[in-house]
Amino acid sequence: MSAPEKIRCDACPVMCYIADGKIGACDRYANEGGKIIRCDPLTILDRRIAKGDEVKPFLAAHWDGRTASGNDVVVTAIGAGTTYPDYKPAPFIVSRDIEGIDFVTVVTEAIFSYCGVKVKIDTDRHLGHEGQVVRFEGEAVGHVMTSEYGSQMLSLGGVDHLTGGSKAEGRKTCAALLALCNKDAVELSIDEGSSVIVQAGQAPIVDAQREERMRVGCGSATIGMFASQWQGLVDEVVVVDDHITGVVSEHQAGKVIGWPETGIKVIGRRSTPGRYFKVAEPGLGWGGTNIEDPLSILGPWREAKGAAPGLSLLMVSTTGEHAGYYVLNEKLEPIAMPMPEALQPSVDLIAENCEPALCTVLFMGGAGGSLRSGVTKNPIHLTRSVQAEATRVTIGGVPAYVWPGGGITVMVDVLDLPDGAFGYVPTPALVAPLEFTTARAEYERLGGHSPAIRDLEDVLDAGGDYGDASRVVGVAK
Amino acid sequence: MSNAPQASLLPDGRRLHLHHGPIDLILGVDGGDREACFAQAKQRFETVLTGLVAHLPALRQPVDNAEFSDAVAQRMQAAVFAHRGCFVTPMAAVAGAVADDVLAAMIAGQDVARAYVNNGGDIAFHLAPGARFAALGPAGEITFEASDAARGIATSGWRGRSYSLGIADAVSVAARSAAEADVAATLIANAVDLPGHHGITRAPANEVSPDSDLGARLVTVAVAGLSPRDVERALQRGLEQAAQMRDAGLILDAVLSLSGQCRALSPEQNGALSYA
Repeated sequence: MSAPEKIRCDACPVMCYIADGKIGACDRYANEGGKIIRCDPLTILDRRIAKGDEVKPFLAAHWDGRTASGNDVVVTAIGAGTTYPDYKPAPFIVSRDIEGIDFVTVVTEAIFSYCGVKVKIDTDRHLGHEGQVVRFEGEAVGHVMTSEYGSQMLSLGGVDHLTGGSKAEGRKTCAALLALCNKDAVELSIDEGSSVIVQAGQAPIVDAQREERMRVGCGSATIGMFASQWQGLVDEVVVVDDHITGVVSEHQAGKVIGWPETGIKVIGRRSTPGRYFKVAEPGLGWGGTNIEDPLSILGPWREAKGAAPGLSLLMVSTTGEHAGYYVLNEKLEPIAMPMPEALQPSVDLIAENCEPALCTVLFMGGAGGSLRSGVTKNPIHLTRSVQAEATRVTIGGVPAYVWPGGGITVMVDVLDLPDGAFGYVPTPALVAPLEFTTARAEYERLGGHSPAIRDLEDVLDAGGDYGDASRVVGVAK
Repeated sequence: MSNAPQASLLPDGRRLHLHHGPIDLILGVDGGDREACFAQAKQRFETVLTGLVAHLPALRQPVDNAEFSDAVAQRMQAAVFAHRGCFVTPMAAVAGAVADDVLAAMIAGQDVARAYVNNGGDIAFHLAPGARFAALGPAGEITFEASDAARGIATSGWRGRSYSLGIADAVSVAARSAAEADVAATLIANAVDLPGHHGITRAPANEVSPDSDLGARLVTVAVAGLSPRDVERALQRGLEQAAQMRDAGLILDAVLSLSGQCRALSPEQNGALSYA
């Protein structure tokens, strides 16, 4: 291992040597990859600009001079620094005028020992069995949880992986969470399952294969949606799906439009007519099964039930990604043939009706502990005020979903946050920007640190009182 | 290119923010010629950092009989010298000493009811008879009366700005000066410790900060998995250290905090610190 590169900062007479990734004695300048950069103590998120995902770093010189009041300006805690454990007021308690109400926003960066991410991966491909361990760089960081419609779900992080296991497990968990929350790509592997590259807002890459589309519905639903469009163009349609494979001639949707029998035999467990469970094992082939050749799920065709030479068959997956056209020969064996032009649009229609496959990362954390005392001298009042919706909770300026029940357990889509909003401490735990907003009167009723309230303009002009409370959030020019 | 010292009045018009390099001071004056006081403080502040920098190599060495020409360095040396029995460098008192020195310059020749210099939580204050000063500490609000001997309060812990050899979340100390409080808080926080505990992660100080006066000594970088008994034991070690300092007349009072538990040196509220 080579020694970390340390460089000398010349921002002040102390001339600190700063190691790579560290901050100088002033907490204002840091060494990022061998360059001295300025750390911004507070980031201001202008809602209007935010729609374009642009964030203004807080520095008086960078402020465009527009009056900073009203709803357009959200004070975010990104880079506010933390006072954990919060026995003194949060670094900035900002007062601003909203529709005539004197609002108070308590801005802090919260250290979340209890936190994790819920990951939704739009794919029908089987990634691994429910309950299986999910690993990042070899360490267990979470597990596969119950799947949702067209999606596989992972639950990662949490206090047991962060601090309850080995040091390596905690570090890898923290690294994976940090990367996911900051919208970076992370490669996860699932025990006895697949490897998947997950990045918020991007298509998942499963075993090196990029997932393009969510399925339009299960095989049975696909039959229901498209049966009438196939009628007259083809004699039989099988929609191959890991969940429910559909057969149009047997399916209720086919029956109601008078679809004739074809003598087809599907190998699988029949649920109701035309609907089959478990035609194959889960996998990366057709429709989330392990099927490479769709004919392998068919048994011998039965003449007595209507099978005849020349009978045509369309087999298609639930995303339209896989499709094949077959015609029975004299021995009633299906032979692959080119897809007729008239049939192709129905396959394309399935594909068109599929939504793009994405990865979604929701940050979830509990803000019920000591950080509340940075907001108020009587923490339970804050919890109750949040639960009564008298105090609004935002993360990086984004309204958070607050779970009902005890504590302040919040959830937010990381895509809504500015880039690089999350940090970490070596505990290991994530550091996330957290804001509480309430009317001044309510804040005072909560036992808030009223003397610490400052006008928004004041914070914008002068920054925080605490020179020791900042964190690198970006590079200012 | 080195930035010059900066001074700006906070928008409330009552507090002055002085900044130079790693130093951030918030100054307040009540009941006197605030403008004149601030002018004196600003003038003194011009040379505070440059004066210190000249002595940095010596100030980062374990305390001995060294003599310094700089006023702040002298305050550091004096505060730390009393603790020379253990490993400590004058840097352990730097924040408090700067606060003391700027406060002294600010009120020299002035008649003010109350004045303070807050150096990132290490605070030097002046109280004329009848005046009070309140700070929010680990166990709640701490109030000082003019009749108390305390004129300085400082807080130290591994989560704070400087590195700690111990695991205290925060140790607040009241002393006759901020410099005396500063070094004592540092040493008591070092003493709040559980050597060998598997939940404590430590790293050589000079790995995290190449210039550190602590050299290769192991500083705390993470604490996890403390049982209530562990917390009690660690706090007890710190309290013993604090009691010795109080008995030697080096500090007036202390309050120690770890994992949500607080212990005050004076169990009753009749000490120099009272908790609201």
